[in-house]
Amino acid sequence: MAPSIGLPLAVLALPFIAFVLLAVAAPLRRAGRAAGLVSILTMALAFAAALTVWARGLVVEATWTWIPADGGPIASVGLMVDSLSQAMLVLVTLVSLLVQIYSLAYLHDEPPASLGRYYTYQSLFAFSMLGLVLAPGFLQMFIFWELVGLCSYLLIGYWYERPAAARAAVKAFWITKLGDVGFIIGIVLLWSATGTFEFTELFDKAQSVSGLPLIMFLIYLGAVGKSAQFPLHVWLPDAMEGPTPVSALIHAATMVTAGVFMVTRAEPLFALVPEVLTLIAWVGAFTALLAATMACVEGDIKRVLAYSTVSQLGYMMAAAGAGAAQAGFLHLLTHGLFKALLFLAAGAVIHAVGTNDVFRMGGLFRAMPHTGIVFIVGTLALAGVPPLAGFFSKEAVLGGVWEAHLTGPFLMLALTALLTAFYMFRVVFIAFFGRAHAGGHPHEAPWLMRGPLWILALLTVLVGLRLAAGGLAGGGVEGHEEAPGWLAPLSVGLALAGFLLAWAMYQRGVIESARVATALGPLDFMARRRYGLDTLYAGLYRGIMLGFSRLIGWIDRYLVDGLLNVLSALTLRAGARLRGIQSGKAQDYVYGVAFGVLLLIVWAQLWR
Amino acid sequence: MIGLSAYLTLAALVFSIGLFGVLTRRNAVGILLGIELMLNAVNINLVAFARFSGNVTGLVFTLFTIAITVAEVAVGLAIVIAIFRVRRTVEADRLDLLRG
Repeated sequence: MAPSIGLPLAVLALPFIAFVLLAVAAPLRRAGRAAGLVSILTMALAFAAALTVWARGLVVEATWTWIPADGGPIASVGLMVDSLSQAMLVLVTLVSLLVQIYSLAYLHDEPPASLGRYYTYQSLFAFSMLGLVLAPGFLQMFIFWELVGLCSYLLIGYWYERPAAARAAVKAFWITKLGDVGFIIGIVLLWSATGTFEFTELFDKAQSVSGLPLIMFLIYLGAVGKSAQFPLHVWLPDAMEGPTPVSALIHAATMVTAGVFMVTRAEPLFALVPEVLTLIAWVGAFTALLAATMACVEGDIKRVLAYSTVSQLGYMMAAAGAGAAQAGFLHLLTHGLFKALLFLAAGAVIHAVGTNDVFRMGGLFRAMPHTGIVFIVGTLALAGVPPLAGFFSKEAVLGGVWEAHLTGPFLMLALTALLTAFYMFRVVFIAFFGRAHAGGHPHEAPWLMRGPLWILALLTVLVGLRLAAGGLAGGGVEGHEEAPGWLAPLSVGLALAGFLLAWAMYQRGVIESARVATALGPLDFMARRRYGLDTLYAGLYRGIMLGFSRLIGWIDRYLVDGLLNVLSALTLRAGARLRGIQSGKAQDYVYGVAFGVLLLIVWAQLWR
Repeated sequence: MIGLSAYLTLAALVFSIGLFGVLTRRNAVGILLGIELMLNAVNINLVAFARFSGNVTGLVFTLFTIAITVAEVAVGLAIVIAIFRVRRTVEADRLDLLRG
């Protein structure tokens, strides 16, 4: 074992230790806040270790044989630290740490036992996500991929007494599984063609694999499910039933970006199949646009952010599909920061107001200036206003897509940029500036919640400034793709247009939103109904799945069981007939014996 | 001189009569009598074979058989009386507790 592997190993092991400790030591878990402190402490240590890995620019790969076999091991486990995983380690540990601190205040009213359960899941999630980003091969990545899926399920269903939360958890689990089936099939096909799961070996061997486009498409399906790409994006908005910090961590900053991370990690493989890449770009751009339109009509603040996440994931995927995976990855990192910020700020608002509905908020800026400021910082970053982090990564994505001559996706993404600014400022104007609504006195969140918010807001600004100065130092992530000169003015212009539109509609009331909705008639109608996708899936489920199940049930009940029932009835009847022989009279039995002996004698005489 | 086959034929006849009695008599005592006939048919056989082969083993067996027959009749009659006490009948047709 190389000595330098100890540090990344510590990053991975610390949350795991916390998880095992909380899972095994029931009194500690039931203590609630103490469990949270254990989890936060280990997370802080893991963050320090991750920061050290990043600052040192540690690049190391270590594998251990896992499934030994004749002629070399079938699979191995290990750690792979490079510029990609360094950046992800810092992001995951940072956001996990901040979210866990924030949760301590946000879930203040939870009973201690369920708070302990929450932190147990949180630690398990951190461990799984770190294992995923450190995976040196597809197999290990898949294992942790499923583990984060499990944690997502557990945390969405954290308030499992609420039917909506339980349903959303199951929905998220099943829909992502739909993609994961493709993922595992792709991995196994790739393994049977090359005999290895390791990325570095695959990059050398993949050229000679026949049927690679299909394999890579199947692997991409995994990312479609996990990163909520059309048409499997329907689970993410429902996943908002979980606690808001969970949404910030899992369904905005880390887990949902696993698909993008995977595509970036396997970029040399995807680069071999341009047709799949083009598909990824189109699907990504379409997802971005579709989700953005749905965000424009949504009234639930968390759902707006969820659609925005789907939309931004579309951005990242489009970048990966355009061959600009680095740009997509940069957007992943910056998005992780400011989307976590937005979610946590939204959580503070929900905490104060007690509702998710933006139309029942209003004028909150005066009551909660801190939250208001950080929310606006996040909004500006998401809308792509320089010099905040989102501007540079978004510009890099757009530049990459333009460079790849994907005009269609480029136009969709540009339109999405406009819509992004529009729907985010719509929320800002309605919730923070509009007329105050009656209903309680909103108060500023406690410092335990405000601290993480300010840290994330500061980082969003700092990373933006750093990107403006050129490249993330030590991260090794290239900030600027070569982009045409008109791109920066265009994206700023789009953001500004979206801002002005929202301002005109929701602040000044110059344009009546109802009129616009009527003018856009069918589009508004469709977007409000989520383009009927949920209904379609529900219909497919009821029509095909339940119909098929009923058919199978009928066959089982009437054909399989029927056959057995007929057999048993025959046996019963035969038994009823045969019992007549048993008269119970000794003489009848003697008669039988005598008759039998007689037959034997006759038989013996005839065949002698 | 009467041959062995004549004795055996007699024994077979007595056995068949005894079997017929066992199978057809309604009364339990009658059935016991039939069994006695069947046992005595066996005794005839034993004695006949002993006489014609000059071996006394058969005679000794016959003595044993007679002794056992007496014991058997004693036990059998005791059972019949016990049944009568319980069921107030010794009709063989009515004793069908073992009917399936």
